[in-house]
Amino acid sequence: MRHIRRAFSVSTFDEVIVLKGYLKYYGKRIMWYVLTLVVAVFLNFLLPRLMPGDPVQQLAAQATAGSTDPTVYLKTVEQYTKEFGLDKSLPEQFFIYVGNIFQGNLGTSLSKYPRTVTDILGGSIGWTLALQIPGIIVGWFLGNLLGAIAAYIRKSIDTVVLPIFMFISNMPAFGLAFIMIFIFSNKLGIAPSGGGYAYDLVPNFSMEFVGSVLKYYQMPFWTMVLISIGGQAIGMRSMSIYELNADYVKYSRFLGIKDHKIVMYVFRNAMLPQITGLAMSFGTMIGGNLVAEMVYSYPGIGTTMFQAINTRDYPLLSGCTLLITIMVLIANLVVEILYGVVDPRVKAAQMETE
Amino acid sequence: MLRQIKEAFRNPKFLVGFILFVLLLLMAIFYPMISMYEPLTYYATSFEKPGTYVNILDIANSEGVKLNVDTAAGRLDSVLTDDQKETMKDWLVRFGGVEESAIDLEDSESFLKLWQDNYDSKNPQKGLRTADKKAVARLDKQLTTALNSDSIDIAGKNEEGELEVVKSIPGDHFINAGSVGNSYTFPLGTDNFGADVLTKLTSSIRVSLRIGLVAGLIGTAIGLTIGLLAGFLGGWVDNFLTFVTNIFTVIPSFVILVLISNAVSASARGATMVSVIIGLTSWPWTARSVRSQVLSLRGRDHVNLSKLSGHSMPRIILQDILPYVASYVVMAMILQISSGILAEAQLSMLGLGPNTSTTTTLGIMMNWAQQYSAMQSNSWWAFVPVVISITLITFSLNLMNTGLDQVFNPQLRD
Repeated sequence: MRHIRRAFSVSTFDEVIVLKGYLKYYGKRIMWYVLTLVVAVFLNFLLPRLMPGDPVQQLAAQATAGSTDPTVYLKTVEQYTKEFGLDKSLPEQFFIYVGNIFQGNLGTSLSKYPRTVTDILGGSIGWTLALQIPGIIVGWFLGNLLGAIAAYIRKSIDTVVLPIFMFISNMPAFGLAFIMIFIFSNKLGIAPSGGGYAYDLVPNFSMEFVGSVLKYYQMPFWTMVLISIGGQAIGMRSMSIYELNADYVKYSRFLGIKDHKIVMYVFRNAMLPQITGLAMSFGTMIGGNLVAEMVYSYPGIGTTMFQAINTRDYPLLSGCTLLITIMVLIANLVVEILYGVVDPRVKAAQMETE
Repeated sequence: MLRQIKEAFRNPKFLVGFILFVLLLLMAIFYPMISMYEPLTYYATSFEKPGTYVNILDIANSEGVKLNVDTAAGRLDSVLTDDQKETMKDWLVRFGGVEESAIDLEDSESFLKLWQDNYDSKNPQKGLRTADKKAVARLDKQLTTALNSDSIDIAGKNEEGELEVVKSIPGDHFINAGSVGNSYTFPLGTDNFGADVLTKLTSSIRVSLRIGLVAGLIGTAIGLTIGLLAGFLGGWVDNFLTFVTNIFTVIPSFVILVLISNAVSASARGATMVSVIIGLTSWPWTARSVRSQVLSLRGRDHVNLSKLSGHSMPRIILQDILPYVASYVVMAMILQISSGILAEAQLSMLGLGPNTSTTTTLGIMMNWAQQYSAMQSNSWWAFVPVVISITLITFSLNLMNTGLDQVFNPQLRD
């Protein structure tokens, strides 16, 4: 608490300097993320092209499967080669690729021809964001709450509730999705087994449609929440125990400050490192969550990616992986900035290391 | 080292995790050996319930033993399912003139009595489709047959091609299930192809564990090498390696995994290939933690002394650094094994896992269960054991990791 007060009591002159330092620091961080993005784009471009076998010939053979005329096949190969720009050198291809990305052009889908990849992804990204962001945040919040309560009460919560959530959090998200569908949709019949909204509705902003979306939203949402509670809780529990034994707690008790007020301080301090935990879990969680989306046939990126893989739709898959990377990078950056804002100690430490 | 191992086994978390893991491992190694089934051979044609299947012809041909028990109740249970009870209840309320409150589905006997008293196939049943009328009539007939404990005659064709009674089976005769010639037990039923789930499951656990282990070894080896080099050499080597490591900790490994796996053709993707791909993408966190450990060790006195004595770099790393980071490396590897198993399951769910015609893994079993909608068809045995197995493996590994963490970092104990 003392640190925070000090940070707020600096004079206006100091504040300007501090602010400049922040801007410089975050400017550097953002540059670093941009660099990482460039590497990611490069990998996204290079990895599919490094592998043996000629995808264009495969694709052309697929597209012309019914035809017996060899010229049709050759023409298709030529058309695809041109469309993907494979007749140019690798560096040239890369610059064309990057240039296209900047124009928002990720190519044309093969399986949903003639829709563009940007168009398809634009239709599914909203669904994924609407599911993943609240899912991760609510799971993080409930996990921290449980961990804090476990640290404070111990006993039954420590020995029964926490291990149960620990067990669940060791389940892959899609595994829990299987079990949830079986219990709630098949046995109890209280939730739909998959999809984003009732199949007889057309997306619009009517009450009926929104209600349907909310109904279909429940199971994927709670799957993501349940999965993340255990891991967060266990971290929060040990942080809270550590803080509960800290000197400032003993001193506050000595001063006669009320228990619930001390608890507030303790949890606020224990919460801070958990924000880093949140950032670290993005990269590892996203894979399982996207596969869970697919199990629920939820109309997000996960399901789109599955379709792209199954129909050998290279441009669409490449678009999906790029979009996932960008989402994770942005999430990491946001958490990093947020952390600096919430905890001045970290901000100071971050600036010192620079 | 020996002292630390002893201490680890005294830690309850590590011990529980270790025992669980060893049990799973033993089951995965030995069950496929003693099982009478092959994991990839199809015995049935689709999902069949867990249980023992005895050949009907064999039963008909066996000599029975008379038992003095009531057979009607047992037969009724096998005929009367919950769905059928609901259908009958609906009928009784709509056409039989029975109050809904008078019906108790739990009490089979009185329910059946109500049905026999009130059901009449000549009832006009207004509002019921003909197909439904017939279904109810069929159900009634089924019940009558089940309740009938009279003997059944079996007819066969004689030499002239005419039917004649070959055998008469009394309603109260039994046969010892063990003495039937053809009987097959599927403890966890069969999957969509008709393979024995338990054999397939244990064989899958074995392959999945192997994938996790190989991926963990490769990932740890790469991470350890990079971490040691970066931490020990410092300078531009450290800057470069740290930069690369940081980049790959932020780019989700899932994405790289999908990109590489998708580029390798399905026929080339064996279990080993998949584990190598997973290992190649899972090193950054190990590299990061090893580097920070080495960084703090580099300035210690014993390392400086070694340097002054003119020992070579490999020798210093092996003798003065490695023993100190060993515990972290073991813990990192345990976590990598568990994440490797999860990564395989994820890839297989997306259809990018090992080639399905030659091997079976936990992820592949999940994938088939999903594709053949085991959840919707109530075939819980095709996926619940698989989900539990994956969870138990990762749970036991994480318990071992937490236990080791407490042994090596005493301040974490509480």
